[in-house]
Parts: sequence; structure tokens; C-alpha cells
Amino acid sequence: MSQTPPVTVDLADEFMGPRTPMQRLQSLLHRYPYVSPLVVLVFAMLVFALINPRFLLPGNLSFLTQQTVIVGTLAIAQTLIILTAGIDLSIGAIMVFGQMVMANLAVSVTASNVLPIAGQNPIIAILLGILAAVLAGCLNGFLITRFRLPPFIVTLGTLSVFTAITLILFKARTIQGPEIPDALKFLGKTFQIGSFQLMYGVILMVILFAIFSYILRYTAWGRHIYAVGDDPVAAELSGINVNRVIFSVYAVAGLIMGIASWVYIGRVGSASPNADPLINLDTITAVVIGGVSLFGGRGTLIGTFIGAFIITVVENGLALAGLDQAYRVLAIGILVILAVAIDQWIRKVKT
Amino acid sequence: MRVARPLRHIQRHRTWCISPRMHSYLRESDPMTNPSPILELRGVNKSFGAVHVLRDVDLNAYTGQVTALVGDNGAGKSTLIKGVAGIHSFDSGEYLFEGKSASVHEPRQANALGIEVVYQDLALCDNLDVVHNMFLGREEKKGVVLDEITMERRAKETLAGLSVRTLQSVRQQVSSLSGGQRQTVAIARAVLWNSKLVILDEPTAALGVAQTEQVLNLVRRLADNGLAVILISHNMNDVFEVADNIACLYLGMMAAQVHKKDVTHAQVVELITSGRSGDLGVQPEVLSNGAIA
Repeated sequence: MSQTPPVTVDLADEFMGPRTPMQRLQSLLHRYPYVSPLVVLVFAMLVFALINPRFLLPGNLSFLTQQTVIVGTLAIAQTLIILTAGIDLSIGAIMVFGQMVMANLAVSVTASNVLPIAGQNPIIAILLGILAAVLAGCLNGFLITRFRLPPFIVTLGTLSVFTAITLILFKARTIQGPEIPDALKFLGKTFQIGSFQLMYGVILMVILFAIFSYILRYTAWGRHIYAVGDDPVAAELSGINVNRVIFSVYAVAGLIMGIASWVYIGRVGSASPNADPLINLDTITAVVIGGVSLFGGRGTLIGTFIGAFIITVVENGLALAGLDQAYRVLAIGILVILAVAIDQWIRKVKT
Repeated sequence: MRVARPLRHIQRHRTWCISPRMHSYLRESDPMTNPSPILELRGVNKSFGAVHVLRDVDLNAYTGQVTALVGDNGAGKSTLIKGVAGIHSFDSGEYLFEGKSASVHEPRQANALGIEVVYQDLALCDNLDVVHNMFLGREEKKGVVLDEITMERRAKETLAGLSVRTLQSVRQQVSSLSGGQRQTVAIARAVLWNSKLVILDEPTAALGVAQTEQVLNLVRRLADNGLAVILISHNMNDVFEVADNIACLYLGMMAAQVHKKDVTHAQVVELITSGRSGDLGVQPEVLSNGAIA
């Protein structure tokens, strides 16, 4: 025998074994986790269009995009964090904090009850509001990486902390639309395409989705987020500074939340310290329905984008179908549980 | 039955010795082919708190050779390897790489010297594909963007250089690979970086018979391709199949580092379990002195 020893394991058997249609579906979903939410979205839109043709009117569709913009933008931040196997419950509190910083800095001194800092240039006010959100995100990241506390607990705590700071600093006062300079409300403005009203904030959201999808897919930082979410020990042994990656994710998430603060003022037209206390749960819902795994390391922003729209489509469609609010909440709840069940099933993919 | 208690006493006596014959062997091993080892540890010590895990350990690894590191559980194999890899630093002793004294206190410094470790749990990320795993933490970039084309080409070249034909695609997710394939990817990652010394921690522990054979072939090929290899193993068959020389740790002491041809299976087992075999290994007076003191 002059041959070199065979080096090929008979993998053909391992890979080419008989596969049922269910196994094919399972591995398809494993590779493209956003397929199932996409099917749900298209299916839901078809059904709602059949039930009530008004659903597909341009006016309603543009309303849908405007309904999605806040949750959608925040869900980008939530996706980055959940990909590292973390979670952020303080996401809404940080957005409100940033928005109150912006609004209180920008109002005229006479309208303010936080006198020493009021009356700034609106652009500076926006930037400082975003900076405040970034610092809040950094605090989360610092507590999680430095003291090795679980993200759930840290952000549960900072949810209260940031809410309280906002109320204390800004005296729990809502700043009404007319007091707020136009620059802060710019993203809420719309322009017409036919009879479709497109909001600038929606365009910004789509751009952010595109930028961060690109970053996740094509940069080392993006790869490292997936690696850290899957197996932090393996990532560390591979030479990745796991703590630095996690900290940077919370800081960048803070940046996105700050931008969402700006969008929020535009969308709602005023700045209230009591705005949307449950929006953190909506972002988690969007992420989970979008096929991102709560256990980290798997999922895409395309999925989150679809997930955010599924929430508004289902709510809007059921409303147009004449169903009570309670049924919409029920439908979203069932979708979340289904999405997590599908995720668990996909995880079982084996050779 | 190994008794843990006497260990404390032995530690005070560093006077244990290797027989004169062994000394001359270690100093001038294979003068024809390998005049000097690429990695040379001399008298390294490591303690964790009160526990003296490594005691005056010598270890040599040679280019083109597989050095098997054997020893019972708790003999200090992992600690020794982690010291070489820079995960712990040694408390004392000399660390020579390519004949020069090297300072290795963190993994990056070991990597910079050309030392790569394949860990037992493999340190692969299931959700990434083969290429991304091979380059994880050391990605090729074009500006800020990943250079996928270069990475894929280099990954394929490396796998081809190791005659690996078991992978369907380098774009497969690692989660879809078998144990042997994962080991292959981990080893390929270790040789990707122009490494000079590759350390493998029990690479066949979790594998079946056929896959063990594959991985051992691969280990042999690494050495034949001109790398120095240190193989930690519990399996005597594996050791005798691929190793050129065998280093036996016993209770944190290097009982002997011998050429495979000079020892039998039984002698190695004796070295592992009792620290000596004939005039090889730790001499009895050391152990008994230690025990009395």
C-alpha cells in the first residue's frame, strides 16, 4: 500500500441522509431566521386587506409606517443588545430621558422651569440630548461589564433610575408642542408621494436599519457581536475583548435611543416625562417576533424590521376589522409565544 | 492509589533529581536533526495560593516533532500549557523560545511568538461559519469592512495544505459540523497564523474511532509540515501512534521526557502512575524524603 492514508471522513452520510420536509424547513429557517416573520407579515396583510379593503389605502399604509417608527428605531438598539445575549429594559426610560433633555434645553427661558440650562440652540439641544442617552447606555454597559451583573437586573434597575432622574430634573412637566422649536420636531414632518404621506423619521429609521445591517454583516465589530452572543468564552479565547464589545454595544444602543428621542418629539409633537412607559416591552416583542433569538447570537435586523411592522399591522388590521383592543393585545401575545417556540425548534438543528 | 497529602511535604524539597543518563539525554536529544528545541522551559514553578502545582518543570518541544504531554488528572498538564500559552504566568523559571528568553504573560504575547493553542472545548462559535471562526478576533479587513474574499482564500489554502477534504464548504456554519470536523477547523485555525508551535489539548477525547484516526493523521501532518506540536493526551494508543517524544508529569514534577523509541507502553504508564520506572523518573529517595519531612 503506497497510498497515503485516507483523510476524508464519510461525511456524505452525515449530510446527505434522508430529510423530511419538516427538516428542510427547519434548516431553511435556521439559515434565514427572518423567513417566518416575513411569511406572517405578508399573510396578515393579505387577510386584513380581504377583511377591510381600507387597510391597503395609501393613507392607512402611511399611518402604519408612522405608527412603527418609534418602536422600529428603538428595536434596532434592542436587537444589538439581544444579539449579545443581553436585554435592555431601560430602553424607553433612556429615550424619555434624552427627549426631556432635548426639549428642556431648547425651550425659551420664559417657558422653562429648569431655568439655568434653557434657551440653547436647538441643534446643540438635540446633540446634548443624544449625548445624554449615550451616557445612559454607557452606564448600563459599565455596570454589566465591570461588575458582571446580569443585563436583565441592571436595566431593570436603571429603568427606575432614569425614570426618576427625568422626573426629578425636569419637574415632571410636559413641554407642549408650541413651546418646542421646529428643529426638534423636524422628523415628524411628512411629504407627499402621491397620496402616501412619508415621514422624515421613517426615512431616518430605514437608513439606520440599513447602516446597522451593513455593520453587523460586514464589519469585524458586527461579527464579534454575534460571537460574543453565541459563546463569550470561545470569543475570549479567540482573542476578542468580550467586555469591550458588550460595553460598546450598550453605548451604540444609547446613541440609537437618543436618535429615537428626537424622532419621538417629532412624532408626538410634545415632550412628556410620562411618555410610553411600556415601549421597552414593545421593542422586545418586535425583536422576538422578528426571529432574533433571546439567547443571543442569532437573528438579523431585517427580521426586527419585519417584526416591528407585524405589531402595527396586526393592531391596525384588527382595529379596522372592528375588533376590540383586547383582541389585538391577545394576538400580539400569541405571536410572541409562537415566535419563541419556533426559535427553540430551529435551535435544535443538528447534522 | 495516589495520596494527596504527602504532596505538601515534597514541595519543600526541590532536590529531586533526574538520573544522570536522563540529564544527558535531555540536554543533547537528537543532536543530528534538532540541535535545539524551539520551546524550552527550565525549572518553571507555579502555585495557586498554597497549592504548588508545578515544581521545577523542564519541557522541550522540537520543530517537526510531536511531543506528547502525559500525566494523571491533576498532574499539572493544563497548568503547564496555560503557562506556555500566556493564560497564567509562571512564578519562576526560564521560558525560552527559539533559544531566546521570552516574556509571555498574556495570550497575545504567545500568539505573537507563533504559539497557538487548540483548547479541549475548541473555542468555536456555533453561529458563525468556518471562515469566520478561523479568523475570529483577527479578521482581515479592507478599511473598516471585512475582506471576505481574502479570508475565504486563506482558509481554503490552509485546509488544503493540511489535506483536509472533509468539509463540504468553508461557508458552512460550525453548528452543522461533526466533532471531528470541528476539531479540524480548530486545528486549521491554529496553523493559519504562521504558527511555529501548536498545542493540542486532548484533541481526540470526544471522538469516535474513525474520527480519532483522522485527527491523529492531521496532528502527524502538522509536525511533518515543520511545526512543533505538543499533544496532551490520556490515550496511550494515541501517544504511541503519533508522538516522537513523551513528557510525563507526575504530581507537578516532570518525571521524564524521553524518546518514544526508548520506552515501552508499560513504562510510560508506570511513569504516569508512580512517577518513575526503573532508573527513569523521580527517584524514590525524593518521594520518601519528602514524605518523611
